[in-house]
Amino acid sequence: MTVGDWVSQPINWVFLVVAILVVVSAFRVVTAKNLVHAALFLVATLGGTAVLFLMLSAEFVAWVLVLVYIGAVIVLFLFGIMITRAPTGRDEGLDAERKVWPAFLSIATFVLLAWASVDAFGGDIVNELGEATSTELLAKSLLGRFVIPFEVVSFVLLAALIGGITIARRDLDPAEEEQRRAV
Amino acid sequence: MLLSQFLILSAALFALGIYGLLVRRNIVLILLSVELMLNAVNINLIAFESVIRSSDGVGQVFAIFVITVAAAEVGIGLAIVLMIFRNRKSANVDDLSLLRW
Repeated sequence: MTVGDWVSQPINWVFLVVAILVVVSAFRVVTAKNLVHAALFLVATLGGTAVLFLMLSAEFVAWVLVLVYIGAVIVLFLFGIMITRAPTGRDEGLDAERKVWPAFLSIATFVLLAWASVDAFGGDIVNELGEATSTELLAKSLLGRFVIPFEVVSFVLLAALIGGITIARRDLDPAEEEQRRAV
Repeated sequence: MLLSQFLILSAALFALGIYGLLVRRNIVLILLSVELMLNAVNINLIAFESVIRSSDGVGQVFAIFVITVAAAEVGIGLAIVLMIFRNRKSANVDDLSLLRW
């Protein structure tokens, strides 16, 4: 596929716009000086990713992403920011002073991954807005072939829930505990 | 659409996640960077799935597993941050030098 072919497809322009939105907001997530802004830029990144999933005909996963990530995980993050009483205004101390080596490492990782994937899958073509993967198929797969991983993951979630409560719960003083028991 | 355009995008997200993980000092922001990296993995899984078109949607099922594990990770991670904050009055990784020699 030549560059001209690529540009002539309107879907690629949609991809380009969404990809720029995703990358720019991801960049702001790691550089923003304001904690709350960083969390809100992650919403933009995840929203763009959900659009990409829709383009790749993965409807169910796109809406799971919107509900679970944007709906629950970001709210959890905002709670975390508020509870740790982090400064919600501008804060210059959020980053370490030395940024050269991290920047070099991340650019090197990007070049390596991008080169490897273009080298290996350069010519492969994604189905153009093909028929969406039906939720029925995913449900049959989750409760059929993948039923054991499904159960394991549900157990992991339960363990995380109980563990989170146990870790975050404040232990009462013995005196306070006595008082509660008396009531 | 080419497969490699999605792979390059996800490589960029992963690299930005690594940068954030190394540069940020606040634990909550480090967790945000981890989320970026997990998101990059999800894009890869979905893109490969739409090329292979397996009969049982393996790529999408695994993306759902990744999302679930990420949710559990955030829950536990923030509980630990909360505990650290309660004991050390700080959510800054540079202050957690108790185990440093």
